[in-house]
Amino acid sequence: MAATLPASPFSDDKKMERSDPKGGPPQRRQSLPWADAVFSLLTHGAAWLTLALLAGIIVSLVIGAAPAIEEFGLGFLTSAEWDPVQEKFGGLVMIYGTLMTSFIALLIAVPVSFGIALFLTELSPSWLRRPLGTAIELLAAVPSIVYGMWGLLVFSPILSTYVQQPLQTLFAGVPILGTLFSGPPVGIGLLSAGIILAIMVIPFIAAVMRDVFEVTPPMLKESAYALGSTTWEVMWKVVLPYTKTGVVGGIMLGLGRALGETMAVTFVIGNFNQLESLSLFEAANSITSALANEFAEAGEGLHQASLIYLGLVLFFITFVVLALSKLLLSQLKKGEGRAA
Amino acid sequence: MSAIPMPAARAALNAERARMHARRKRVNAIALTLSLAAMAFGLVWLVWILFETVRLGIGGIALSLFTEMTPPPQAETGGLANAIFGSLVMVLLATALGTPIGILAGIYLAEYGQKTWLGSTTRFINDILLSAPSIVIGLFIYAVVVAQVKSFSGIAGILALSLIVIPVVIRTTENMLSLIPNALREAAYALGTPKWRVIMTVTLKAARAGVITGILLALARIAGETAPLLFTALSNQFWTSDLSQPMASLPVTIFKFAMSPYENWQKLAWAGVFLITFGVLMLNILARVLFRNKH
Repeated sequence: MAATLPASPFSDDKKMERSDPKGGPPQRRQSLPWADAVFSLLTHGAAWLTLALLAGIIVSLVIGAAPAIEEFGLGFLTSAEWDPVQEKFGGLVMIYGTLMTSFIALLIAVPVSFGIALFLTELSPSWLRRPLGTAIELLAAVPSIVYGMWGLLVFSPILSTYVQQPLQTLFAGVPILGTLFSGPPVGIGLLSAGIILAIMVIPFIAAVMRDVFEVTPPMLKESAYALGSTTWEVMWKVVLPYTKTGVVGGIMLGLGRALGETMAVTFVIGNFNQLESLSLFEAANSITSALANEFAEAGEGLHQASLIYLGLVLFFITFVVLALSKLLLSQLKKGEGRAA
Repeated sequence: MSAIPMPAARAALNAERARMHARRKRVNAIALTLSLAAMAFGLVWLVWILFETVRLGIGGIALSLFTEMTPPPQAETGGLANAIFGSLVMVLLATALGTPIGILAGIYLAEYGQKTWLGSTTRFINDILLSAPSIVIGLFIYAVVVAQVKSFSGIAGILALSLIVIPVVIRTTENMLSLIPNALREAAYALGTPKWRVIMTVTLKAARAGVITGILLALARIAGETAPLLFTALSNQFWTSDLSQPMASLPVTIFKFAMSPYENWQKLAWAGVFLITFGVLMLNILARVLFRNKH
């Protein structure tokens, strides 16, 4: 840094031109001696507060769920009975609904996100890249209640008329597929919740995939192209293996989002607390929508504690998934550092 | 390089190669077409949702929407005034509450604790809180506030929303501060500036646009949040500015009205969806424009 300072050969002349100082030396600006310590303390405090927040969430959920944990233990996770009148609670239906809708969402969102990221990094003309990227990101900004309402009043009827009913007539007698598509033709249930979740998590997964694809060294890609690879082969055999931890991290991030999404699911899943068939079109329930629908009305006691227990299970699952996602993504960053 | 020509074998080999080549090109073409289709698939939903929001929502936009209270079922008139007011109050106060904490913690991560144990733990936890289910935040506030006071209240809603603001602001503040070159800090230190003044008047000032972007994004995020309000602020059919009372909000009102079979409620819900979608999208676009002009 010092070398870049211009060493003026005229510094002595300059000094000569200066007038005599007027008055005494400037007052030394009071730099409050405690200000630094206070500021440092404040920022430390804010960081601790974030940690305390997480601890507070876990502790308050465990305390709130304690009556249900004592009463049902881990059997809560495998029992499908949910009867507020008899005070018998089991979370299997909701846990199944949460996992199944998220699974359907990933089944759709992962290939689509990969396609979008491929398009944005390799195919799109550069002037289109930014507007298209922004459009996909805006999809993530649309509030979930909008997805929910659109899903219930616009999308479900269309899904029912053009997908469910044709499938039902087609597979009416077929053993497994017949059950899979059975149910009243209203387009509400696991499948429509899964599809809407897919639309909601596509932007998250696609954004991570695009970002990690962009960190692939151009040299690697150019070498592959020079050997005669097609664009697809470069993506599939060079870029994807190089970035696989990041891609999996992105998928995990999407999964975390899908598991915890509330409003969009609540609108279209049907809120039905029994597991009567494995049909994708049967009304079901998820942890989040059970909480959204029942919690404010649940009386204190076992019903409320069971709902908090469900919340605890949800928090635990998303915590593990998101932590895994974070670890995988940071690993890619480390590898990137080594390569450079 | 065999000296003896073997035309038949050579021809067979060439044909095999040509076939392979054609196959690879075909696979490539199919994959790229599918990628194009995926892009279109993503855009279709955005366009479709926006189109339906405008088509069904614009009819309900009238002056009465902003001046009249939420009506009972099957009433002739009515608006969303109390819900809009409640949403504005809660969203603004939650941002005002969460932003300073978020900025301070972001400053800690970028300026004090880059390499410390507390820094890396906080960063990790914060990234998880950023994507944690918002309904769980609602449960938490219910347990620590609502259950203790035995009443749903606007304050509980504000607290729940501010807990969603904090991680968003922390993340953007930290990212923006770490973009500031170290030379700037060193120059300020060399002039004898104490650390807190370096941060407040040099680095934070240089990162201003990015930090404001983060706040706008946090605003946009909580403006549409419904889940954490369901059992904290609950809802209210009437106008209230008393924060210790249950308070109506736009998202919760939309939820209630949309699930109902009453036509006037559904119409109001669509108008509310229109307001909220465009408010949130405008905030997002504003944040992007602001950020891009600066960087």
